[in-house]
Amino acid sequence: MGKWIARIVALVYLMLLLIVPVGIVFFRTFRHGFSPFWDAITTAPAEHAFRVTLEVAIFAVIGNTVFGLVAAMLIARHRFPGRAALNALIDLPLAVSPVVVGLALILVYGRFEPIGRFLDAHGIKVIFSLPGMVLATIFVSLPLLARELVPVLEEIGMEQEQAAWTLGASGMQTFRRITLPAIRWALAYGVVLTLARALGEFGAVAVVSGGLVGKTQTLTLYVQQEFQNFDPIGAYAASFVLAVIAIVVLIIINVLRPKEHS
Amino acid sequence: MTQVETPAIALRPTRPPGRSERTSRRRPSGFGLGVGFVTIYLSLIVLIPLGAVIARSNSQGLSGLWHQITQPDALASLRLTIGVSALVSVVNAFMGTLIAWTLVRDRFPGQRVIDALIDLPFALPTIVAGLVLLALYGPTSAIHLRLAYTRPAVVIALLFVTLPFVVRSVQPVLMELDREMEEAAKSLGASSFTTFRRVVLPNLVPAILAGTALSFARAISEFGSTVLISGNIPNKTEVAAVHIYSQIQSDNVTGAAALSTLLLLIALVVLAAFALIQRWATRRG
Repeated sequence: MGKWIARIVALVYLMLLLIVPVGIVFFRTFRHGFSPFWDAITTAPAEHAFRVTLEVAIFAVIGNTVFGLVAAMLIARHRFPGRAALNALIDLPLAVSPVVVGLALILVYGRFEPIGRFLDAHGIKVIFSLPGMVLATIFVSLPLLARELVPVLEEIGMEQEQAAWTLGASGMQTFRRITLPAIRWALAYGVVLTLARALGEFGAVAVVSGGLVGKTQTLTLYVQQEFQNFDPIGAYAASFVLAVIAIVVLIIINVLRPKEHS
Repeated sequence: MTQVETPAIALRPTRPPGRSERTSRRRPSGFGLGVGFVTIYLSLIVLIPLGAVIARSNSQGLSGLWHQITQPDALASLRLTIGVSALVSVVNAFMGTLIAWTLVRDRFPGQRVIDALIDLPFALPTIVAGLVLLALYGPTSAIHLRLAYTRPAVVIALLFVTLPFVVRSVQPVLMELDREMEEAAKSLGASSFTTFRRVVLPNLVPAILAGTALSFARAISEFGSTVLISGNIPNKTEVAAVHIYSQIQSDNVTGAAALSTLLLLIALVVLAAFALIQRWATRRG
């Protein structure tokens, strides 16, 4: 009896909060068939938003993959002063509101701040332009990869790496031939998480980009703008694309997760 | 696992001295480079910018900071954010535990799909979350449930984005829980509810608290999902993050920095509490 009540309450809650709302958006996207959807995502601003989103995400993923690998190796393989601080600071971005991330970057790289003015004088525009959006996206997705790698590196231990060193392999060779193959699933998992976060970031990018149509507007900013311009089909269509990306990410994660533990 | 079978095991010293011995005897050439890179990367993107926010919030002294935070609109947004986040965390503690229980102990068709869908709020961009909720609770609601632009709408948006926290922290604990204790309690005549309350629940408390702390930290800093559905009405439905955003837009950067510093402080305190709960849980378990 109690079991039935629990099941029904849990399912109704998930229906009302998650499944029905997502279902309605999917339904409304295709209510008038496929061609309005296709027209909505192939307008010039939409296509441009796709391109900007992809560019920003790729730079952020590259940056955070290199950072995540280096930071995870330092934390899992070395004892040095400042290691505990590094370990704690990596998680810091999770505690920061996206809007605060944007504000923080403006206060350093904005045109009226010393560093920003210096860069501006040398022709580098950060805020209201691509570099600032990349920095914001890096900030919010920074911990994801390192957090996946550290436990896996600690679990596999150093025996094989030590054996490789003993046999004369260089640090780089050891990393490439021994460490990298052992962590490849966790690495893939972390990259997917970082990419998903980067493609979907809204608040931090909204603050630093200015959301200029056809220039610095990403897909999430496009959704907001279309909705506020009373063009729901544009907003629904772009949301549908983002939701499909999210669902694909979920499927990939569910495929990768068991491998990591086996 | 398989790595243990390598010949190196014979040479393996005990862990901590082994590591320090290794690092002192042979530190790969890239070590210094790695530390330098990580330090610069973190400083340029995270530390210096956050430091700038704190510095700006104090640019007119502590009394200036206090003055900014106690502006009526700022105070109202702060009160709303903390109140709603607390409510959302309590609901999550109950519903998250219930959902985790259903996913682990119950069996029904479609369970695996539901289990995978729990993570959807983490994968879905927050602006899409707002749009999606508006489809059911907005002016064009399919069931004529018009909550948009009210405080309950803010609650729903925050419930959506924080759904996974408690579920995902309770689920693994529930899976590893020894069922013999529960069977013993039942065979001694306890009802299934009593068994849950007296035997299962005490084991879940650290996980529930940890998930609740994370969902509170997320809720107070949430922005994207509330933008569309709350209507951002000052003094009514404007949460702290949205208030910060509107202050930036109207060029009151100092006010925005003051509220940001406070949010940052609250989030850090909550996350420190989370770390303490986890330490307590590992010591107990």
